[in-house]
Amino acid sequence: MTSADSAGLARIIRRNKRGDLIFAIAGFLALMIGVLTFLALFLQMAYAGWERLTPDFFMNFPSRRASQAGILTAWVGSLLVMLVTAVSAVPLGVAAGVYLEEYASKNLVTDIIEINVTNLAGVPSIVYGLLALGVFVYAFGFGQSILSAGLTLGLLILPVVIVATREAIRSIPQYIREGAYALGATRWQVTRDHIVPYSMPGILTGVIIGMSRAIGETAPIITIGALTFIAFLPEAPIGPDFPWVNFEWLKSGFTVLPIQMFNWTSRPEEAFQQNAAAAGFILVLMTLAMNAVSIWIRYHLRKDIKW
Amino acid sequence: MVGSTTIRMSEQPADQARGPARSSSATGGLATRDARPDSNTPPVKAAVENFSFYYGEFKALKSINLPVYEKQVTALIGPSGCGKSTLLRACNRMHDLYPGNRYDGTIRLLPDNTNLLDPGVDPIEVRMRIGMVFQKPNPFPKSIYENVAYGLRIRGEKNRSVLDDRVEQALKGAALWTEVAHRLNEPAFALSGGQQQRLCIARCLATEPEVLLFDEPTSALDPIATASIEELIDQLRERVTILIVTHNMQQAARVSDYTAYMYLGELIEFGRTRQIFVNPTRRETEDYITGRFG
Repeated sequence: MTSADSAGLARIIRRNKRGDLIFAIAGFLALMIGVLTFLALFLQMAYAGWERLTPDFFMNFPSRRASQAGILTAWVGSLLVMLVTAVSAVPLGVAAGVYLEEYASKNLVTDIIEINVTNLAGVPSIVYGLLALGVFVYAFGFGQSILSAGLTLGLLILPVVIVATREAIRSIPQYIREGAYALGATRWQVTRDHIVPYSMPGILTGVIIGMSRAIGETAPIITIGALTFIAFLPEAPIGPDFPWVNFEWLKSGFTVLPIQMFNWTSRPEEAFQQNAAAAGFILVLMTLAMNAVSIWIRYHLRKDIKW
Repeated sequence: MVGSTTIRMSEQPADQARGPARSSSATGGLATRDARPDSNTPPVKAAVENFSFYYGEFKALKSINLPVYEKQVTALIGPSGCGKSTLLRACNRMHDLYPGNRYDGTIRLLPDNTNLLDPGVDPIEVRMRIGMVFQKPNPFPKSIYENVAYGLRIRGEKNRSVLDDRVEQALKGAALWTEVAHRLNEPAFALSGGQQQRLCIARCLATEPEVLLFDEPTSALDPIATASIEELIDQLRERVTILIVTHNMQQAARVSDYTAYMYLGELIEFGRTRQIFVNPTRRETEDYITGRFG
């Protein structure tokens, strides 16, 4: 090869590599737009609400005076609603996902169900709110309660849980299933002893992603009639007297963090804006904490699973 | 009987050293119509008769007839796609797990003469009597102990000392005990590939199957691990009937007593391994074995 050729090649390579550089810069900028926007919002909220983040803020009921208003009812409400959401959506979603993957025969009906489940994940949350208002609040007579709200959000994240369960089950290699079947296991034994335990990391990740979405939902909760100002706590689920648990709290009125926040932002006083920022900061922290837990669970459960 | 025209059975008393000295009186003449019993023929453990298999419309196996002799190693060889794995997987009804598979014919398990393919016979029962070792080591992501104990657990065994005992026996049977005795509670994935495959063999042995199926058990292993598996198969022939699919002709020659050569869904030739490799009666077998094709 002559030196002229070599110079020609170098020119071509240089030109080709320019594409690399251009994309690297564009990609980095795209990434930064997302990260910096979130960071700016988060920090601004933290800065605005910082002064309000005292123990009292967590332990006080809402109040007409901004300086005495707290998020006690809101975070307790959010927690209890999330509890109902998890308890309703996880068993239903996992059972449905396992059935679709391991039991159902593949035919037109399951194809249609599959498409529907996937599409349900994209239905606007307000639609779920309207449905829940008709079904849970009025038809079933659950009222404007924690139970109604939890079930509504459970319905909302059900498709997410089903899809996550199916994805997790599909990632289990066929030779693991065959190994269990070859020993004489029944379908249920394979499901119980292998499919569900090995897909747990993926399922839990999906559940927590769904819950992170549900905890920030406002529209469906307002639709079913959550209170915006509430000065009492639901009855405690666990008590000192026999039988130690009670379910009265399920029927209680409630509010949740995003609604409390929305309520405060709509007030004219500057001090309430501060409260809203502080509540928003806590809400974001809760979501981040849930994601951290999901990463931790995934890491620990996947440690001994390699394929 | 369609298959009889394509099969040449030969029963030359060639492999005396390895061949068993058992009488053939127990065969009852089943599936040995082609294999004329002589004093060196061991009893038949399983008999494949007129077995055909279809993947949808595609006929993958054409009226196969094959005896599997008790406590002998029978190797299925042939080029890729000849149907040897399909035949092996039919023996424990693995095909029943997937829709679109169809088969006819019989596979009799002796001495009770159960037709493994009978729709009235539960595939679960078949799989409990016939163990299978797969191409890729497939231990469960559980502890070494739980892997071996699983077959017993699904049979309802809960007694800890019985489990301990059977797990130890199975691991000893799979020549793995000395390597793992001190770390039974470690995850199975911590073992090397060859150890994992021996663990899978132990998992089968724990429930004392009557027949063990091996589906190319060493194709994912290095030569040293392969040698250890072959050595193990050599020991196992004393306690269990073995049917092994292999791509590796040297392996078939090393480990098996009987060899069946298959091509395009047909059983071309079956006989004692020595005879098949030294003096095949069919031209196609000779071409494959000598590497002229395949």
